[in-house]
Amino acid sequence: MLLSIRGLTKSFPGTRALDGVSFDLRAGEIHALLGENGAGKSTLIKCLTGVYERDAGEILLDGRPVAPQSTHDAQTLGIGTVYQEVNLLPNLSVAENLTFGRQPSRAGLVQTRKMRAQAEEMLSGYGLDHVNVAQSLGAYSVAVQQIVAIARAVALSGKVLILDEPTASLDSAETEMLFSVVRDLRERGLGIIFVSHFLDQVFSLTDRLTVLRNGQHIVTAETAEVSRLDLIHHMLGHELEEAEHRRHATKTAQQSVLTFDGTGRRGKIAPFDLTVSRGEVIGMAGLLGSGRTETADMLFGRTPPDSGKAHDDDGPVSLRNPREAIAAGFGYAPEDRKTDGIIGELSVRENIALALQARRGWWRPLPRAEQRELAERYIERLDIRTSGAEKPVGELSGGNQQKVVLARWLAMNPRFLILDEPTRGIDVGAHAEILRLIGEVVESGMSILLISSELDELVAASDRIIVVRDREHVAELVGEDIETDAIVRAIAASDAPAAAPAAEVAR
Amino acid sequence: MTAKALMAGVAFAALGTAASAQTVGFSQIGSESGWRAAETTVTQQEAEARGIDLRFSDAQQRQENQIAAIRSFVAQGVDAIFVAPVVATGWDSVLEEAAEAEIPVILLDRMVDSDPSLYLTAVGSDLVHEGEVAGQWLVDEVGGEECRVVELQGTTGSSPAIDRATGFRNAIEGADNIEIVRSQTGDFTRSGGKEVMESFLQAEGGGADICALYAHNDDMALGAIQAINEAGLNPGEDILIVSIDAVPDIFLAMSEGDANATVELTPNMAGPAFDALEAYMADGTMPEKFIQTDSQLYTPEDDPMGEYERRKDLGY
Amino acid sequence: MSAGIRRILPQLLTLLAVVALITAFFPSFLSVEMVDGRLVGSAIDVLKRGAPVALLAVGMTLVIATGGIDLSVGAVMAICGAAGAWAISNDYPLVAALLIALAAGLACGLWNGVLVALVGIQPIVATLILMVAGRGIAQMITEGRILTFSHDGFAFFGSGTIFGVPTPVILWLAVGILFTLLVRRTALGLLIESVGINRRASALSGVNATVLLVFVYMASGICAAVAGIVATADIRGADANNAGLWLELDAILAVVIGGTSLLGGRFSIIASLIGAMIIQAIDTGILLAGFPSEYNLVIKAGLVVIILVLQSPRLSPRISAALSRRRKEPAPAGSATEARE
Repeated sequence: MLLSIRGLTKSFPGTRALDGVSFDLRAGEIHALLGENGAGKSTLIKCLTGVYERDAGEILLDGRPVAPQSTHDAQTLGIGTVYQEVNLLPNLSVAENLTFGRQPSRAGLVQTRKMRAQAEEMLSGYGLDHVNVAQSLGAYSVAVQQIVAIARAVALSGKVLILDEPTASLDSAETEMLFSVVRDLRERGLGIIFVSHFLDQVFSLTDRLTVLRNGQHIVTAETAEVSRLDLIHHMLGHELEEAEHRRHATKTAQQSVLTFDGTGRRGKIAPFDLTVSRGEVIGMAGLLGSGRTETADMLFGRTPPDSGKAHDDDGPVSLRNPREAIAAGFGYAPEDRKTDGIIGELSVRENIALALQARRGWWRPLPRAEQRELAERYIERLDIRTSGAEKPVGELSGGNQQKVVLARWLAMNPRFLILDEPTRGIDVGAHAEILRLIGEVVESGMSILLISSELDELVAASDRIIVVRDREHVAELVGEDIETDAIVRAIAASDAPAAAPAAEVAR
Repeated sequence: MTAKALMAGVAFAALGTAASAQTVGFSQIGSESGWRAAETTVTQQEAEARGIDLRFSDAQQRQENQIAAIRSFVAQGVDAIFVAPVVATGWDSVLEEAAEAEIPVILLDRMVDSDPSLYLTAVGSDLVHEGEVAGQWLVDEVGGEECRVVELQGTTGSSPAIDRATGFRNAIEGADNIEIVRSQTGDFTRSGGKEVMESFLQAEGGGADICALYAHNDDMALGAIQAINEAGLNPGEDILIVSIDAVPDIFLAMSEGDANATVELTPNMAGPAFDALEAYMADGTMPEKFIQTDSQLYTPEDDPMGEYERRKDLGY
Repeated sequence: MSAGIRRILPQLLTLLAVVALITAFFPSFLSVEMVDGRLVGSAIDVLKRGAPVALLAVGMTLVIATGGIDLSVGAVMAICGAAGAWAISNDYPLVAALLIALAAGLACGLWNGVLVALVGIQPIVATLILMVAGRGIAQMITEGRILTFSHDGFAFFGSGTIFGVPTPVILWLAVGILFTLLVRRTALGLLIESVGINRRASALSGVNATVLLVFVYMASGICAAVAGIVATADIRGADANNAGLWLELDAILAVVIGGTSLLGGRFSIIASLIGAMIIQAIDTGILLAGFPSEYNLVIKAGLVVIILVLQSPRLSPRISAALSRRRKEPAPAGSATEARE
């Protein structure tokens, strides 16, 4: 075994990002590492490349334990990484990029001719004969830059190559070009870890795959023996078979509060129609990058729609920015709580009062006593674990931070609340409480759009479920159809255009 | 040596044409201060009075602009070139070009590091001498009485600050009754002069222990005068004020009795330069290599309002 | 209130220490007497001389609270002082001259705010433009000379007194109190802090970050205008080359000594004002001590370093929190970077 990881554990305050994960990599294989956001892929890679120091577990390279302290350290050991955004220097020449830090020199002067010869040698075998190494790197396409980055990583490291979403910005021809390079490297005996959320590419390229979910190792298998359906099941999880499923199918007959007609934004999400009824939970399922968050961002005016219109009973609703959406009675608890949700150094009280205060306007401050009363009320109602309303919200655990963000919106009493992954990265107890809370608020007539990677959660909470794939709303499940297998089938139904030819080659 | 021969050649050539200068090119540094602006104005006035066509070029503080201007003067075939050089080095080749074209060059206000044979003469003031004139005035003014002096220095490390401090100390060296008790920089600015003077007053018994103020320029003295006024003292009487530069505003203060003496740093560098040029053109008289301008002392007896009127439109 | 005092306690203690140090060198530092109906003494000089930096620090505090910085305030002082002096020497009425100066400050602030909030230029670069160009504008107004005037009404703002207290002292106290009330008795303070800590999350909560950013730069501009009026009135002349020169750095230092993080967030105008007084006490103390002027800057720098190090019990948790935040961020948020493709 080229690389073995045993019982790798890494915690951050409030979350356990990796929980006893094992993973192995053979020489001469391409091994896919899969999982949704927060599954632990990045943490695993960062532990491997020395960005993070692990809490427990061991990493064996060629049977010997290693503990890389930095990316440079990892490179020296033989572990190289290429990221989605090429981290080379576009205004230096190809040759300089390839030999950077090790240019052949005499008496402190770079020997240009020798450097170019070295660079050409490094690039040979990558099918880049048309590339002039004296040209600046930025003059070439992203695919060529990506391959130059690979060539550099292979030359520096030579044992393990980690490709982190390398195809995200490539078209299908470029992707094929990259894949043939990767296959050649496999023949040369490298172990390659391939991180991607394009399942077709996983099936066409990789030999084995490993799925992580919530920081845990779910499965490792030969790619050829795993069906697309199984894979999605593994990634999204469905252990709690038919958990207490709310059956509110009758609600569809209720009065509608909001209607979106042909709402969409080019490059983000294809136009769709959506009618929101009073007191309804609309679930939204789909893989990472399928258009879930894009839908939420658009409905809330963060990346405003460029087609279609929204209206309620009183007439059209304008959604050009978040303030207009809030004025229209929308609320949005975004996916990335830390960067888009909480104001870390402000207190729990101030965080809860923020949206309310912003709507009132700066000249009408919410009296301190009222803020405190508001905060106390929600701390109790949502069971927010804090030593007090004045504690900075950044010092709370992830689940309690999420409750504070929810409290901010509940205080506004919105008619349509968008929750993007409200239970990600929080502990089991808080998870259940948030689901209970969703049930509570819809009773009072609020409508909710619930976006989640956890199918059980969607099944348990939703009145109907919209399935998103390749930035398009592709299916809607209601009533008896709401169950995990149906969702997985809808997500997996492959008429996916991106890199589809490659997938067929593999089958 | 070759340069000397060249210069001699210039002299003969000039004798040959034996006329007075008609066209003079003037490469000025820029207009970074009021004094510089006044120098430009005075030079233009002096040229006009002599019926000379002055070709003016503003270098905006850049030597390459000055070199370009001198080359273009040479190409235009002017009769002489005045330069106020922005830096001291890097002039050799362009000065040689002027010498080859037999055009005399006169430096104004600042010196260069080139061989003196490459220019006809340099006109400038002597900063040490200015300090000496100011010091001598104070020695004469107080007679033998005890006098505790506070000094407002220019920007720390600048050559006017160093030289004017040295000159003043040279002048009071023999007078044991005069003592510099406090010395601080006011950065050549009015607000600096005012702030530092306030602290001097506080430190010296509310000003009662100060007999005189020596300021390295008039602007600091003007700030200090305000500080003295606001402390309830009478500048010019309770505390004697002597400073350097002779900018228009100090004459206003003098006419009101707030200032006692100022030493002029004349903006008229061109006058002596034109005189030297005229003599040289007329009969080949070689001037001294350095012509020192007068460091004239002005006191309330010298018609301060008249001096103010004379200066106020020069661009200070 | 007790929380308020706890917030400014380190600054108060530092000020006391600096005053004690100066008094050791110069015993009559704290003695104040009444001369001709005006208070006179070194301590009064500190309060008066510190006015420009204190005024600048008020606006700078708000700008820094949003995570920005305003390098142009020194140059804006020169512009506003020149505009005021120009108006008064062209026989405009006093009120008009003051309004012209204040309007110039607001216009400069608007320019900075638009560059930062709407065009999206980094604050340090956006305000650098006016820092460089502003002095040129001021020189155009004064035509390159020191524009002097003799208008006692205007000069009152620099060297007058109210009940014996120098007008500049009254001015910076008034501006400080006014802005403290403005931001703390309304929701402005909360919203500014919220934008400074996390602009994205604030915008998603409906906070109009753009308008707030323009507001803080305009506040900084008007504070610089008042400081420019004080500096110009003080010497009865607009010195475009030197008015406010390098004062932007002292103002930033005052805010830092006042404990507001340059990363933005929580701020205290009062603490910044005390910071300004600490700096001025050091400056005046150095002048009183009578060292040769070559030592001025070294002594000042040394004292500032000592102050910042001594305050580090407050600063260091902040720094380590900021560092650990950076290191921990990606993981719990579910590899945020991964989601942005």
